[in-house]
Amino acid sequence: MRIGVLHARVRHEEKLLIAELERRGVDLQRFHIEATPFSLDAGGAPEAIQELDVLVERCISHSRALAAIRVIEGWGIPCVNPWRVAEVCGDKMATNLALSGAGVPVPRARVAFTPESALEAIEELGYPAILKPAVGSWGRLLARVNDREAGEAILEHKATLGTYHHSIFYVQEHVEKPGRDLRAFVAGDQVLAAIARHSDHWITNTAKGSRVEGHPVTDELREVSLAAARAVGGGLLAVDLLESPQGLVVCEVNYTMEFKNSIEPTGVDLPARVVDYILEVAEGREIIPSAPLADTTPATQPAGGAS
Amino acid sequence: MSETTQTTTKCPECDAAITIEAGTLVNEILPCEECGAELEVTGLDPVQLALAPEIEEDWGE
Repeated sequence: MRIGVLHARVRHEEKLLIAELERRGVDLQRFHIEATPFSLDAGGAPEAIQELDVLVERCISHSRALAAIRVIEGWGIPCVNPWRVAEVCGDKMATNLALSGAGVPVPRARVAFTPESALEAIEELGYPAILKPAVGSWGRLLARVNDREAGEAILEHKATLGTYHHSIFYVQEHVEKPGRDLRAFVAGDQVLAAIARHSDHWITNTAKGSRVEGHPVTDELREVSLAAARAVGGGLLAVDLLESPQGLVVCEVNYTMEFKNSIEPTGVDLPARVVDYILEVAEGREIIPSAPLADTTPATQPAGGAS
Repeated sequence: MSETTQTTTKCPECDAAITIEAGTLVNEILPCEECGAELEVTGLDPVQLALAPEIEEDWGE
């Protein structure tokens, strides 16, 4: 079996996955995304890629990953995850549309195109409200807007200093949470493990130094996480959830999940379970959806993880 | 996997000694303990280090 790993920076996760794939005895090919140009000609796939059973995308840059796997899927190589999934998960607005369209509980959110209409959205959702870049990760460039004056200042700064996509304002309601958020690791139709990320700060990303604990995979967590995964197209996904007074809501879905801080607290060998899924896809036992997902994926859309 | 045995080289930023552990991979990131620079392993035979790219806005998971 021939497995490709597409990467740039090799993080701890990539080292763990590469080591596990080698332990399974697969023919492993590594591709650095910056190493060579990608041909857009028909039949333009390099021989080394043509022979892959599956390509595992592990790039650190969303925009580059998205472009690369779009080309590679065009060459007929199954990718984990598929570019449609990356496209939806990499953009919080697209994620929100897919989740809410599938009936998955999400925080209320608005998109606005001027500072004035963004302020209107903030005031409709109520203070505090959250401003996020639609594309971004690791808790960066998030702002909790506590009052109108703060909102005016942040919006002016974003519009003036940011690149053009910072003038597409993604505003989300603030969800009161008990000093933590939850993350479920999903592979196909299974929740592999879950963690709680604790922090005194309202941003609870592990990249910001939150404390990680294993968390039980409750029925509600499993149901909401799998529904979220199905809504975005399925695959290997980290579903971030908030415990609202009304129940779990899905904050975002990550398609190139980082898990190094979650192995010990959960006691689950996540690299091994992730590789199990990759091998299922390579062997054709796990079907990746090939049909384009609508922005508002209906709940009856066949799950990408259906095996 | 392109692996190496433990060896040492120099930080391209401050010239401090950098230990390259066995099992290190090309494109892995190593910190320089002296100057704090993030270094990318760009080659293993021979060992080569370069300053790692700065984090970009669309990086993440």
